Amino acid sequence: MAQPALHVHDLTVVLAGRPVVRRVDLDVRHGEFVTVLGGNGSGKSTLVRAATGLVPTTSGGVELFGAPLGDFRDWHRIGYVPQRPSAASGVPATVREVVSAGRLSRRRLLRRLARADRTAVDAALAAVDLADRAGDSVAELSGGQQQRVLIARALATEPDLLVLDEPTAGVDLAHQRLLTDVLAAHSVRGVAIVLVAHELGPLARLVDRVVVMRDGRVIFDGTPDAEAAAFAHTHDHHHPLDPHVTGLTGADVLGTGWQAGGTR
Amino acid sequence: MSLLSYDFMQRALVAALLTGLAAPAIGTYLVQKRLALLGDGIGHLALTGVALGLLTGQAPLLTAVVVAVAGATLIEVLRLRGKANGDVALALFFYGGIAAGVLLTGLAGGSAATLTSYLFGALTTVSDADLVLVAVLAVLVLGMSLGLAPQLFAVCQDEEHARVSGLRVDVYSVAISVLAAVTVTLAMRTVGLLLVSALMVVPVAAAQQVTRAFRATLALAMVLGVAASTSGVLASFYADTAPGPTIVLVALAGFATASPLGGLLRLRRRTRAPFEDEDRTDAAALVHELTEQHPHQHGEGCGHVAVEHGDHVDYVHDGHRHVPHDDHYDEH
Repeated sequence: MAQPALHVHDLTVVLAGRPVVRRVDLDVRHGEFVTVLGGNGSGKSTLVRAATGLVPTTSGGVELFGAPLGDFRDWHRIGYVPQRPSAASGVPATVREVVSAGRLSRRRLLRRLARADRTAVDAALAAVDLADRAGDSVAELSGGQQQRVLIARALATEPDLLVLDEPTAGVDLAHQRLLTDVLAAHSVRGVAIVLVAHELGPLARLVDRVVVMRDGRVIFDGTPDAEAAAFAHTHDHHHPLDPHVTGLTGADVLGTGWQAGGTR
Repeated sequence: MSLLSYDFMQRALVAALLTGLAAPAIGTYLVQKRLALLGDGIGHLALTGVALGLLTGQAPLLTAVVVAVAGATLIEVLRLRGKANGDVALALFFYGGIAAGVLLTGLAGGSAATLTSYLFGALTTVSDADLVLVAVLAVLVLGMSLGLAPQLFAVCQDEEHARVSGLRVDVYSVAISVLAAVTVTLAMRTVGLLLVSALMVVPVAAAQQVTRAFRATLALAMVLGVAASTSGVLASFYADTAPGPTIVLVALAGFATASPLGGLLRLRRRTRAPFEDEDRTDAAALVHELTEQHPHQHGEGCGHVAVEHGDHVDYVHDGHRHVPHDDHYDEH
């Protein structure tokens, strides 16, 4: 593919007078699985929110599938999982109803759910292991289960680019593994994935690329192996590292697991 | 029926029916957005509209629609732009609306009785012209809130996700506010401006005690809304009370009935819910908790609900689950 799924160039985002994202460049190709890591306030969340049009950009630009954000209309190609403690609202809604909202970008006004929509919703529910809870109210589910509902909603869109903002917060380890396997399967099928997280955890074996942010800047962009090597012995990150340390493939330091600079 | 031989009663009942359908329909979205009090703010604002009508000699219903819609749009635009906290914006409209309304009604030479008929409804005040306008507005509100249900649901459930789905969140949000404003004015003659918000919120609150799905909540709220508004109008005729308070008290009685019923339903669901996939060797299975003994022999068709639990079957008995084990029962 000539065009990347997501193209961010020289992006700066200023929120309430404070630069939160500073001159970031980022390309995500089709089928690429990228994790954006960083501590609290590193700008990782704002970066993906700007990339999906939720936060206005101050300078620089974002292109989705070759179209500038302002002209982009193919929203059914984007699946988005917001950072949210709960999938519930003021009125009860079933798991299936919430997940079906993921089909809206593909539905036209005043049309009922088509068979293709139902199939996609069923597949998404099965993928997150919630098929048997489809008729339950989301408010009755545990926090981790609600998080899986939000992920199923994004999967139901059948997107070409999946953007997930800390989707595994509160999800138990067994289901984190299940989710990362689901995401990896999508990535193999050509879906581009951008996942914001505090730490790599069970993702380490599946992601193609790790982007580490600090103070609104990208301080590392490379393979998980190189990232592990680069950060293995530095638990404070006062010195931005040379982003070209990708040559290192230290199997000896694999699995050390980099911890985010911020506090949890 | 002698009651229906009165023209004003026929009109009042039709108005109540339409209001009872429309108010909970839009109210469901307001509750979902956690903006249950928006209807109140708009109701106070509509009073200014009524007073303007009285002052200028226009139909109060018409001026109320115009002022309420303009105010609701303004509130929503301020909220969307992040210029005002929704809570504080509502408060400003509450007080400004009612103060201006009472002041202008006084200037127009209106009496306390005139004001009361708008604040709490009055059966005899629905004219033929009013009824036509109410019907048109009710069809508009019902058509939009049912026809655009998937979109409105998505916007009220999760604004950010709706935005990334390509929905014009700003347009839908303003639409919801405008529909709420329209509903307030069409309910003005039956429920009255001060209590209209109750008919938007109370049936929804009652419905969600017993429902798990959004669609079921919306449908049941509309059924309860119609039941409350029509029976309230009939009761107010016989008891010679203002229709608004009567309707609202009937709706609240519905809530008081639904609330314990919902508690029972949830308890029933919990005790009958299938077990999560669990390893038979896990801690829960190892805990061997004896339950109280009883002579009943559980089995197929014994009348107690059976719940499959791994390799055996539990029976729901007096609100808890247990299983026969040798000569006693284990609590599960």
